[in-house]
Amino acid sequence: MNMVRFILKRLGLALITLWILSVIVFLLGQVLPSDPGRSILGPLAAPSAVHALDHQLGVDKPILTQYWNWISNFPGTSYQYQAPIGPILGPALLRSLKLAIFALIILVPLGIVGGVVSALNAGKPIDRTISVVGQTMLTVPEFVSGIVLIVVFAVALGWLPVTATAPPGSGFFTQIKYLILPVIPLVMVLFGYIARMARVGTIEALQSDYARTATLKGLPRGVMIRRHVLRNSLLPTITVIATQTGYLIGGLVVVETLFRYQGVGLLTYNAATQHDIPMLEACVLTIGVVYMVVTLLADILFSLLNPRIRLRAAE
Amino acid sequence: MSIVDIPVEDAGALQAGRSEIRSEVFRQLLRSPTFVIGAIILIFWIICAIFGTSIAPHSPYAQNLEGINQAPSSAHWFGTDQLGRDMFSRVIVGSRDILIIAPLATLMGTVLGTIVGLVMGYFRGVVDDVLGRFVEAFLALPVVVTGIIALSTLGRSNLVIIVVIGLLFTPLIARTVRAAVLLERELDYVAAARLRGERAPYIMFVEILPNVFAPIMVEFTVRLAYAIFAVLTLTFLGLGVQPPSPDWALDISANYGVVPAGYWWEVLFDALAIATLVVSITLISDSVQGALEE
Repeated sequence: MNMVRFILKRLGLALITLWILSVIVFLLGQVLPSDPGRSILGPLAAPSAVHALDHQLGVDKPILTQYWNWISNFPGTSYQYQAPIGPILGPALLRSLKLAIFALIILVPLGIVGGVVSALNAGKPIDRTISVVGQTMLTVPEFVSGIVLIVVFAVALGWLPVTATAPPGSGFFTQIKYLILPVIPLVMVLFGYIARMARVGTIEALQSDYARTATLKGLPRGVMIRRHVLRNSLLPTITVIATQTGYLIGGLVVVETLFRYQGVGLLTYNAATQHDIPMLEACVLTIGVVYMVVTLLADILFSLLNPRIRLRAAE
Repeated sequence: MSIVDIPVEDAGALQAGRSEIRSEVFRQLLRSPTFVIGAIILIFWIICAIFGTSIAPHSPYAQNLEGINQAPSSAHWFGTDQLGRDMFSRVIVGSRDILIIAPLATLMGTVLGTIVGLVMGYFRGVVDDVLGRFVEAFLALPVVVTGIIALSTLGRSNLVIIVVIGLLFTPLIARTVRAAVLLERELDYVAAARLRGERAPYIMFVEILPNVFAPIMVEFTVRLAYAIFAVLTLTFLGLGVQPPSPDWALDISANYGVVPAGYWWEVLFDALAIATLVVSITLISDSVQGALEE
């Protein structure tokens, strides 16, 4: 019962945040200097035609009506492509998802192992090394590591392709081959953070009373770590990974631009630079929704696995 | 009136204690090899930023259309770019814009974030809840995405980048300051100030602020690294520093298209320069954090 209440409360908060986000995005679209009728018809169109089209698009209506029209017709029509946004945004989202999931499959185990190894060797040189390397990679922009990777592995050695988009109809492994280089910068940027969180969690668990009890009752260190420490230390890491979704999406914008990969990131970037307001609004709101759904799922998963949080939150 | 005298003496002792701690922190930093290495690299780039145009062998702007895309040689150590400009000179002078923009943006974010954080933490209640919801909605968007929208709206100039990044960092820094203030506001000296009848601004800025200075310093150095990250990324996307300024990210953005043709020197040295700068900031921030938290 408590669980249901917790999820409902969390869902309610997420909906409020989502609504605020939609208002922010909508207002941004209003602030952006755009002249929809003019940008669709071109500079040579007659003012009366521009006016008529503005009326048809509804951009001359009161602001509340416009907000309602936008929400009820979401995602709307792109100025730039002169086509409904849905069929363009959908496949792009899938492509980005493919890239993100591939990155996470490599990143999560690597980060956790790095953090746990650090924690078990806290204070020793290997701990220092993992922490400094992770910290450093955290601040190297994706396009910098990406360009070095391209220079070394694509141009000098010729092992991997320069772009991320595999020729249409290629098999699974060919697609993976095209995605290897783009994925590495994403993994590098997020590794340090996840490793640090896993390290903190593991050290906390190692110093806990239950870990000491387990040691004192004579449990072998390996069993103690596996059964008592890891199970507790990996919980916070789940939430941390979810909060990094935002950074991951930011990284996608850069990586997709550098490797010319038609995902949501590149779509957002193009929409912003081309002043394609409906497309930009749709992309930004989609990114916000993805972020919120992921953090919501992480919170629920976290509380399912950890009764202490579940009970406290429901009170 | 001895009751009044005690806090005054205490304040004096506290002041002395604080400056002692500060010089102790500084001594400790100078003994830490990570800090010294980071500081040396950073000072190198600061010198390049200030005196770059006199150090560089060529003008970073001088085009030579008869010598484009030349590989590194004794005449051009880092080769030349698509307009025949000397890459070595451009890398040397390239530290200038980023070392002006990123620290100013971070400073702005830190000042605003500290004010907002003090207000949120001190007043709590409705102010805190409402601001908190907005911060939450804001944080659902990656900094890069918000930056792209803002810069493509407001136009592209160095001033706009500073303001945009400063504003984007404000809620993040506010969150940290708020957490620190929440701990401080329950302490006796805050209650004492309140009983003395001090006003809220006095308590926030004169009483609490000096005591949350350490987390703010740590936040500043950490955010500086992120500001460099964000400014370089936005510049790479064409929304930051504008041509023909010599700038590392701008050069990579302009030249990465010709890398597949084998002109690797037009991007690699810029990339390495960026890497050394961010590494130096990370080393400094890491050791400042270590020294302040002990």
